[in-house]
Amino acid sequence: MWEYSEKVREYFFNPRNSGPLEEANGVGDVGSIQCGDALRLMLKVNPDTEVIEEARFQTFGCGSAIASSSALTEIVKGMTLDEALKVSNQNIADYLDGLPPEKMHCSVMGREALHAAIANYRGETQTDAHEEGALVCKCFAVDALLIEDVVRANNLNTVEEVTFYTKAGGGCASCHEGIEEILAKVKGERSGPGEVSPPMKPIAPRAAPKLTLVERIRRIEAVLASVRPMLVRDHGDVELVEVQGRNIYVHLKGSCAGCMMEAATLGGIQQKMIESLGELVQVLPASYMPAETSC
Amino acid sequence: MNPIYLDNNATTRVDPEVVAAMLPFFTEHFGNPSSIHAFGSQVGKALKEARQKMQALLGAEHDTEIIFTSCGTESDTTAILSALRAQPEKNTIITTVVEHPAILSLCDWLEKEGYIVHRLRVDRKGRLDLDEYRSLLVNNVALVTVMWANNETGTIFPVETMAEMAAAKGIMFHTDAVQAVGKLPIDLKATKIDMLSLSGHKLHAPKGIGVLYLRRGCRFRPLLRGGHQERGRRAGTENAPSIVALGKAAELAIEHMHHENTEVRRLRDRLEQGILSQVTHAFITGDTASRLPNTSNIAFEYVEGESILLLLNKQGIAASSGSACTSGSLEPSHVMRAMGIPYTAAHGTIRFSLSRYTTEEEIDRVIAAVPPIIAQLRELSPYWNENGPVENPERAFAPAYA
Ligand SMILES: Cc1ncc(COP(=O)(O)O)c(C=O)c1O
Ligand code: FES
Repeated sequence: MWEYSEKVREYFFNPRNSGPLEEANGVGDVGSIQCGDALRLMLKVNPDTEVIEEARFQTFGCGSAIASSSALTEIVKGMTLDEALKVSNQNIADYLDGLPPEKMHCSVMGREALHAAIANYRGETQTDAHEEGALVCKCFAVDALLIEDVVRANNLNTVEEVTFYTKAGGGCASCHEGIEEILAKVKGERSGPGEVSPPMKPIAPRAAPKLTLVERIRRIEAVLASVRPMLVRDHGDVELVEVQGRNIYVHLKGSCAGCMMEAATLGGIQQKMIESLGELVQVLPASYMPAETSC
Repeated sequence: MNPIYLDNNATTRVDPEVVAAMLPFFTEHFGNPSSIHAFGSQVGKALKEARQKMQALLGAEHDTEIIFTSCGTESDTTAILSALRAQPEKNTIITTVVEHPAILSLCDWLEKEGYIVHRLRVDRKGRLDLDEYRSLLVNNVALVTVMWANNETGTIFPVETMAEMAAAKGIMFHTDAVQAVGKLPIDLKATKIDMLSLSGHKLHAPKGIGVLYLRRGCRFRPLLRGGHQERGRRAGTENAPSIVALGKAAELAIEHMHHENTEVRRLRDRLEQGILSQVTHAFITGDTASRLPNTSNIAFEYVEGESILLLLNKQGIAASSGSACTSGSLEPSHVMRAMGIPYTAAHGTIRFSLSRYTTEEEIDRVIAAVPPIIAQLRELSPYWNENGPVENPERAFAPAYA
């Protein structure tokens, strides 16, 4: 069974603010019974001050869905609508001392319900924003805009993470390609304007002038320097260990090491190396280095 | 308050007599049964006895038809791959949509490798259509593999009849009987079943020991090649303590077979009666006319299974659920979906599986605990108002987008 924090257990066993709210003037419904969780958030907003005076919820779902809903009502009570709009799914998770990664979608659902309820109060039709987003995951009815939002807000990098946060991709898996495209798009934005890497050029081994060893190492270091900021942001780093012919051995440090991203990261670095050096090389983790053969 | 364990289809407690029987094989009888000296031969003798006890439980004609393996999954895998390798001219497997992943995942993989897999569908009560089955029994079928009893609902398939039908066409028949052995009387020599899998930990023996029954004369190719153990059909030094344990468990299962089919069944029925008479919008899933005596799977509409389990657990009651959240797969169990259980109920299915240790007092405690839990969760549910589901739940609850 899941490892729930004390706080999650407490909010599940003794939920605050559950049940219908007769005087609600802003109601947000998200999810559906097919998906396995559904949440109705009811707000009573003071029309003069726009302060949320009362918040209640009804939830069909697992332990963390109920706890997240309850936490959300506690968080937004007393806030103005504008303040409430700034509440992120991470705020909800933090309020509960964290959620298991597989359950982050419960907090995302909370945030969606909040936005839906506020839109409902303001008389906006929230549907518009969402109809623009193409449906990516049919199994869980998740559209591109939501995935993009969540990827951006939580700095997600893998399909698995997207599934943990939104459920998208957790069923038949046929939408993984679509999710990967969104990840790639957001990643492109992250690397900053102007820096967007051009579509992969065919790497025809140009008849490059033969580089001296010193020049090769210099270029290798330059490539590593260019990717370092990205790695540092993810609490990692990279270091050149050895160059043996076409094999460039590096040491990936911090959270990159060993994670599923390692292969992807090395692949990206390798692509840059090939472009910079004008020759086919392989970037490998230092652990792949052939051991010294003692006689 | 003593905890109540009603998750015996997941695994069972090792019987204390079984533990006592196996312990000496860690200490004084540690020998390798293949050895000539006294250390080994004592163990060899114990394995032979264990094999005979298992033969008795299964009603097998010969004790050499019993092959000890490491688990139910290994037995299943061995059976399927053996049938394909022994009959390279055939390329088709018939199975069902509700098998355990031990069968289904392997079949999915074989399909990718180019084999043809027919998965028999089930109706709302989890029953097979034998006419459909008959129409699929053609020349190129290497193997039929159909579970004897379903682990989630307890539904029993007519494997004896199905094996006859396959045999009439010269087709091999395997059954995953992991949930059936020890709960139903079995007499293999009176059937046409060629291979059968079982797993020790479902019948009060330890985890990590299983059996593949292989009818004498059935063509076979081993999964593990190596030493001559199990007459060359499953290499690897025997897990002597666990084999002895499984032998003891088989002996005890025979002793308790009557109890299982009378008292355990009565308690199971009492549990269902007690809950369903108090909780509305709840129903039993599976084929109530043909079920394991120990298994009850109840769908509670408009509530979610994990929430129910957490609240049961708080009162010391252990059960399991086919809900998406508990499986970690985000979708409700493949068995519930195959039966077409509506989503309003599939997320709220709870399996109670009893054992010979279950007492009436425990059952009564569960009967008292469940209705308030369901009521409490329904009160939280947007699909429920005071005394029933909201009318037309799909309309009343209107997500901005879905
Ligand atoms: C029907 C069925 N088949 C196979 C297995 C797998 O058995 P084991 O865990 O011994 O590999 C199980 C156990 O969960 C089962 O219920
Ligand atoms: S469409 Fe996304 S998991 Fe099936």
